[in-house]
Amino acid sequence: MRLRLPAAIPLVVALASLPVAAQVTYERLLRAAQEPQNWLTYSGGYASQRYSPLARITPANVANIEQKWVLQASVAGTWQATPIVVDGVMYVTQRPNDVMALDARTGRPYWLYRYNTPADQKACCGSNNRGVAILGDLVFMGTLDAHLVAIDATTGKKRWEVEVADHTQSYSITLAPLIIKDKVVVGVGGGELGIRGFIAAYDARTGKPLWKTSLIPGPGEPGHDSWKNEAWKSGGASVWVTGSYDPDLNLTYWGTGNPGPDWNPAQRPGDNLYSDSVVALNADTGEMKWYFQFTPNDPYDYDSVQVPVLADITFKGAPLKALLWANRNGFFYVLNRETGRFLMGRPFVKVNWASGLDENGRPIETPPPPGTAVYPGVQGGTNWYSPSYSPHSNLFYVSIWENSGAIIRRQPVEYDPGKPFTGGGWSTATPVPNAPGTPALRRGPFNLWTEATGTGAVLAMDPATGEPKWKFPMTDVTDSGILTTGSDLLFTGGREGYFQALDARSGKLLWKANLGAQIVSGPMSYEVDGKQYVSVIAGLSLVTFGLRE
Amino acid sequence: MKTSRLAAVLIPGVFALTLLVVLASEPRLAAQDHLGNYAQSDIARGGDVYVARCAVCHGSNGTNIGTANLPRGIFRRATTDDELKQLILKGIPESGMPPAKVDDQSLTALVAFIRAGLDVNARAVSVAVGDAARGRTIFQGKGGCTSCHRVGGAGSAAAPDLTDIGSLRTPSSLRMSLLDPTAAMVPLNRPIRAATRDGRMIRGRRLNEDTYTVQIIDEQARLVTLLKSDLSEYVISTVSPMPSYRDKLTNDEIADLIGYLLSLREN
Repeated sequence: MRLRLPAAIPLVVALASLPVAAQVTYERLLRAAQEPQNWLTYSGGYASQRYSPLARITPANVANIEQKWVLQASVAGTWQATPIVVDGVMYVTQRPNDVMALDARTGRPYWLYRYNTPADQKACCGSNNRGVAILGDLVFMGTLDAHLVAIDATTGKKRWEVEVADHTQSYSITLAPLIIKDKVVVGVGGGELGIRGFIAAYDARTGKPLWKTSLIPGPGEPGHDSWKNEAWKSGGASVWVTGSYDPDLNLTYWGTGNPGPDWNPAQRPGDNLYSDSVVALNADTGEMKWYFQFTPNDPYDYDSVQVPVLADITFKGAPLKALLWANRNGFFYVLNRETGRFLMGRPFVKVNWASGLDENGRPIETPPPPGTAVYPGVQGGTNWYSPSYSPHSNLFYVSIWENSGAIIRRQPVEYDPGKPFTGGGWSTATPVPNAPGTPALRRGPFNLWTEATGTGAVLAMDPATGEPKWKFPMTDVTDSGILTTGSDLLFTGGREGYFQALDARSGKLLWKANLGAQIVSGPMSYEVDGKQYVSVIAGLSLVTFGLRE
Repeated sequence: MKTSRLAAVLIPGVFALTLLVVLASEPRLAAQDHLGNYAQSDIARGGDVYVARCAVCHGSNGTNIGTANLPRGIFRRATTDDELKQLILKGIPESGMPPAKVDDQSLTALVAFIRAGLDVNARAVSVAVGDAARGRTIFQGKGGCTSCHRVGGAGSAAAPDLTDIGSLRTPSSLRMSLLDPTAAMVPLNRPIRAATRDGRMIRGRRLNEDTYTVQIIDEQARLVTLLKSDLSEYVISTVSPMPSYRDKLTNDEIADLIGYLLSLREN
């Protein structure tokens, strides 16, 4: 084929404006804020603020954004990934364990790497994968059978693979790995399947295991007495959302999941450390510097797998290295991220399982009687959906479920390796028997459960006090993450399929698009050739918007 | 290029090049005791028999069952053609492989097709597969292959990454690529040359293409998308930039190189 177009062809080779090959050093990851055109990690930076300094799209012109491209997933099922973008190349995962490299301007793929997950993998809650990490010329993905794979960023070929845990015992990896220095850090899922959770680091060049920190202390280790009998062996504390990192403190922060069995705490008396906690680990050794447990002996499945948001704020008149945490249990927390000390906590949704928090942040428990509703329900006041902190507006933003309760059934369950280990179940609290309860995932375009079983909202809070600043209500609940930008825009979605731009200071709706399917992912933003884009996944579509030209 | 020489070999239907099967080291391939001069018609007929009788279990690529790798001639229970025929006729009851009720002609055709690497386009020749370790030395040294190709992260990415090429290609197609790269070039890999309206010249290899854009890996191994509306020229060449090794390596060295390439499998 030869296509000759009517223009002179100077024999000049000048490729200066073309993308350079992806070589992402640790220094680039450390200074990600200095290259806002890229989105180098799952949450957009080590502080996990899901904040983009980009400001070409503004409150004044956001009404002029249009769809630039759509990539349709070739595999059905909820798509929860956040893409990363490096110098014009986007890397995104799709179910079950595919990685694609795309041109970030057009959405056209360069390559697809397919990891063949074994048929007997048992990821608890769907074949999700939330994304990749990148270092040097390698892209890293955790797999549903709990392997870690390094892929050539240029050619899409596998470079190494290691088993992180035994998938026949129902270990899995669904989170995007986190790169720290020369290490790839991952955690394991399986909290409904009787695993014993841990976080582990691997050499990024070779896959060699470097450290592994168990999230349930074994015999002789501090905290082991928070378990009785043999419950620690299958006690859960999974990790399925990417952690954060403070390079000055050399601490990496991860939220941990529920203890198991989920709903029958009688089988696991004690506080069940380090379930439902945030742990701060030395990034070089994995040694735990501190932990803070949000929900001791959790009987409600209040995983603390929220993204740990690091922010340097003013707290009671003094500068604070803060860890901001809107927890699934309905309380918003401010911790000192150097020490783990609890500084402040207050509910951000209706809470009836505790009347408040004591001076150490421990809940003052008021368990609802059996057969009555607990608020928030099992899906939580929020969940794994990425919150955002904007250093520009100095507000913390979180997707919340309001007035959504659950009635929990508790029953004994015997641990059978690799099998479901939940100890009961739950149903949405409804005012009328047999009325539709809010489902775990929306099916189709109807909202049959209505305000009677809960509604969604974006809540903006003062990060130092938890005081609400504004709220953007939605009729249906939301599982969407939140992105804020340097121009005080906030992007978020929801189950209804709307992708919305709000004024981050006021909550005013500035723009919306109906993407036709629920948004169960976190939006992100990047720039190529001086043009800002915003990407989000709705249903089976990765949709990218930019300003109309 | 060497096209005319290849044609001279192909047209008579008989390759003068034969047929050393060297199995001194891993990966160990089944020795073949035949000279491989199967009739082209048998190979084609064997393909039909295979699709009808074998592919449902062994898969279209011949690798779906255990460690058996039909295109690479790896079978645990058969080495010679006769053994292979007996195995097909009798089946392997304990593994669930049923006896095949086929006539002699179909049986011969099936063996021819398997020996041709499950490739109906393969020529009626079996390919010498040499020592993978020696082949690796040639790949990284005398052959100069890493100046364009990458294996396991080493080498350039300008030409296709060969990390798992042993899973993707048959011995005969690898041999053809080495001896006559242009004739063996996969169309997607055809080199492209593009000039942008602002005067940039870009050369590379296609990864993906649509009506309005083309995704390439350029000569500096960068992933690049070109908008066709930005181009003043877009040329797709059918000539491979890879040199032929027909006169650069001996037959033994070619066989070793094939042995090495066949050893490159993802897992």
